[in-house]
Parts: sequence; C-alpha cells; structure tokens
Amino acid sequence: MTNLALVPESEGGLPPGRLPVASGSDITVRVAGVSKAYGDSRDAVLALDGIDLAVARGEFVCLLGASGCGKSTLLNLVAGLDRAGLGSVEVHGRTGLMFQEAALFPWLTVHKNVELALRLAGVPKRERNERVLQLLDLVHLSAFATKRPHELSGGMRQRVALARTLAQQADVLLMDEPFGALDAMTRDLLHEELERLWLERHFTVLFVTHNVREAVRLGDRVVLLTSRPGRVADTYPIDITRPRRIDSPDVATLAATITDRLREEVARHGR
Amino acid sequence: MAADRALLERELAGLDALAAALPTKKSLGRRTWDAVWPPAAAAALFLAFWQIVVYTHWRPETVLPSPFTVLDSLKGNLGTLTQASGRTLLRGAKGFAVSIVIGTIVGLAAASSKIVRTAIGSMVTGLQTMPSVAWTPLAIVLFQAGGGDAAKTESAILFVVVLGAAPSVANGLLDGIDNIPPLLLRAGRSLGARGLVSLRHVIMPAALPTFISGLKQAWAFAWRALMGAELIVFSIGTVSLGQQLEASRQLPDFPGLYADMIAVFLVGVVIDKLIFAKIDKTIRRRYGLIDTATS
Repeated sequence: MTNLALVPESEGGLPPGRLPVASGSDITVRVAGVSKAYGDSRDAVLALDGIDLAVARGEFVCLLGASGCGKSTLLNLVAGLDRAGLGSVEVHGRTGLMFQEAALFPWLTVHKNVELALRLAGVPKRERNERVLQLLDLVHLSAFATKRPHELSGGMRQRVALARTLAQQADVLLMDEPFGALDAMTRDLLHEELERLWLERHFTVLFVTHNVREAVRLGDRVVLLTSRPGRVADTYPIDITRPRRIDSPDVATLAATITDRLREEVARHGR
Repeated sequence: MAADRALLERELAGLDALAAALPTKKSLGRRTWDAVWPPAAAAALFLAFWQIVVYTHWRPETVLPSPFTVLDSLKGNLGTLTQASGRTLLRGAKGFAVSIVIGTIVGLAAASSKIVRTAIGSMVTGLQTMPSVAWTPLAIVLFQAGGGDAAKTESAILFVVVLGAAPSVANGLLDGIDNIPPLLLRAGRSLGARGLVSLRHVIMPAALPTFISGLKQAWAFAWRALMGAELIVFSIGTVSLGQQLEASRQLPDFPGLYADMIAVFLVGVVIDKLIFAKIDKTIRRRYGLIDTATS
C-alpha cells in the first residue's frame, strides 16, 4: 500500500480513482542535496545537511525527528517561504501550509477566513460562496460559519485551517505539527478526518511531527531525521492496512522500533 | 466504512457542541444600569463635596459659587454653549480627520522602510511629548491670525490640532504593525498575500486594535490642543468653547466660567465614552481580545 500514489487531473476536477504508480515515476516534491545554515558564516548553525527526499504524487510522508532536526526549516523550503543554501527543491503543483496553531485571522468569521484563501487564490467572486460552503461541509463545520476563531475550540480552529488550506487547491499539504497542541481525543478524530480527506481528495501530504505513533498512524512512509544538523537517518515504509488506529498493536510495535532508533539518535548529542 | 464515517461525524459534532461557549449575556437594562450608576454616584459625591467647600467660605462666593448657581448659569447659557460646542467640535473633527490622514501616511512609511523609521521615528515620539499649546504663538505668526480674521484663525487652530494629534496616530499604527504576531504574517504569505494585498487583508486588519487605541489617544491630544489654541486665537463674531472660557473670565461671569468648564469636561467625556470606548470595545470583542463572559 506504500506507494499508492495518485494523479490528480486538471485543477478543480477530482481524479476518477487511485492509480498505483511505482515509486519515482511521478514525483511531486523532490528535495536534492539540500543544506541550510542560519546565522553568520562564522558561528552559523547548520539546520539541514544534504537532505534527499522524493515524495510521490498522492503519498503521505511523515517527517519525524527530535528538536533541532530542521523539520520546520525543510517545510518552509518546500513551501517556498525560505531558500536553500545548497541543493535544489522542486515542487510540482501548489503547496498549502498548516501550522501547529491554526493561525486564522481573528477579525474574520470562519466563512470569511476560508473565503479569503479562495480570493487570494484568484477564485472569482461568484464561485466563492458555494466553494466555502462545500469546504466547511467537508470539515463538518457548516454550523459554525458565522463564528469567529476565538469562539471555537482548538480542534475546530485546526479544521478551519485545514479547510482554508484545501481552499488553496493545494496539491501538496505541508503540515507542521498541526495537531501538536490538541488533546488526545480531538487529535485521534482529526487523524481520521485527515485520512478520510486524503483518501477522497488525493493530495500529497508532507507531515512533520515529533510524535512517533502519530507518524506511524498516518504515513505511507516515515522519514526519520537526525538533529543538528538534520540529515535523513532512516526511512520506514508503513504497510499497516488503513484505516489504522493509533492504539493498534501493529502501530505500537513499529512505533517502538522507530522510537528506539530516535532515542539512539538523541543520545548521540548527550556525549 | 460508511458506518465509521457516520460515527466520526457524530463524535466530531459531540466534541464541537461541548467546546461551544455558554451564553452569559446580561440584559440590556442590566448592562445600562451597571454602566450608569458608578459615574452618576461619583458625580453626586463630587457635587456634595463642592457644596461643602462653598459652605466653609474657603473662597468668597463670587469666585467660588455653589453648584446650584452654576447649574442655573449652565441652563441659562445652554444655547450659547451648544453653539460654542458645535463650532469647537467641528474644528476638532476637521483637525482629527487631517491628523488621521497624515498620521496614517507617516506611520505606514515608517513601518515599511527602516530608513524612514530611523529618520523620523524619534522625531514623531518627540512631537508627541511636546505640549501642543506651545505651537500656538508660532501658528499665529505663520497664519497671521492675530487680527481676528475667521479663515486665518481656523487655519492656525487646525495647524495646532494636527501637530497635537497626528504623532499619536502615526505611533499607534506603527505599534500596531510592530506587534502583529509573526505567525499571522506567515499564514498570510503562505496564502499568497504580498505587498498591497497583504497590507489590505492582513497587516491593516491585524494592526487595527492598537491603531484604534492610538486614535483614542490622538483624540485626547486633539481636544487639549484645541482648547489651548482657542483660548489664545479668536475670531470676531464666532463663539467657541475656548473663547467662551476666556470671555467669561474677562466679563467677569464666574458662574458662567464654571458652566463653561463643565461643558468642556462633558463634551470630552461624551466623545470618549460614546465613540472611542465603544469602537475600541467592539473591535476588541470581535478579535477575541476580551473575555466576553466578564464584560
């Protein structure tokens, strides 16, 4: 099930079904030999060092690492918000970025927040309202369209953020610990929600997390990064059948293996 | 799978319902009463204190009349005072409007360019600390407003008011822009907002609450500048609050002077409470910056 990738048709239209594509044949994100340093040349900190990563169209890849592995830096590079020092980042299609906090605009209602994303993406005015309603329906928040972000719970805000990202018609969702600040129950439900949308809409996901179980629960593939500098330490294909549960034995077993590897990596910095 | 979907939807709806805030709104009558009685009680206490001071004959009653004499005078002069307040408010509104335009332009320029900011940033703050009445003599000279000519008087007063208020507008906007959470800017950029689009859809709305506080402060400065200027610069054949104060002193009509003072105080309070405090509160509530359960 690992590389069940998808080929979306022209923008807006949904592909007829999921087509299996061999790894490497249809790459959406290609990161090649990317290094990135912060600070002045003398006391610069190397955040990323020679990262190679290829993500197939429709693939769900989780980037896993401890603090200082440059996960967020890597997402910023793929999102085009920052530039690599060395190497190249290639993205085929539009990217949409989600953060740990929903980062909704507090002066706009839920409806207007999603609408602004459509507007900035160039969707003509007459189509916007209907699209907003569809998107809110998709994340089950139609009843809250007129609320403002501060009136919602953290999980609801994150779903609005998801709708807003989907409004950009992103081919690649870049998610930076999007559920990190939520309680466990809400997070479990949002995992299901995200998985469902991903199965229906066939976008590609690059999902950053420091939660090993979450990575195994969601990913087709888990990429483990080392810290300071960030390098690819290992890659784990996840063959557990979907839908998965975060507390299933299969997930727990694999998560334990990866956690051991991650601890080894963290311990290296203790010396 | 379909059953799973229905269950997921029910679970989500359940969590959402539990997370929704409980309504705690008080009735309109209750809120009005809560807002009115403390200041009314304070005013009554003040009047009582005033009357007691009058009874002690600390000052002769000709220069410190009782509040009742003053209220009579206020009633008698109501027509003139209303007219005077109208003219003064019109001047204030004009000066305030010009200040908003100039202050916004200067604030935006300083926010968008480091050079402009370094060049004029401290000057703006310096201007803000300068007592605006100090500009009045210069204004009279610049606009040749010493002779009581109406148009020249208006220009001189406008000049003083704008110098008093515009720096607060500029500083308020600059503060607002400086304090935008970086995450919102990042979110805006990732949605494709750049340049003027970002200014219109992200930066200006995000800076609005602080900008409104700046406007509130700017109005207070404008009002002070206006009183100072009106005391000194007059035009023949018009009435204004500042001019009225000076006229009551010279006449002399001391109860009238107290009535004028009350008018100056009331107009200031009413504008602040009915306009600025209201806008400020509405915006803050909308942005989720105040706890709606306690206000």
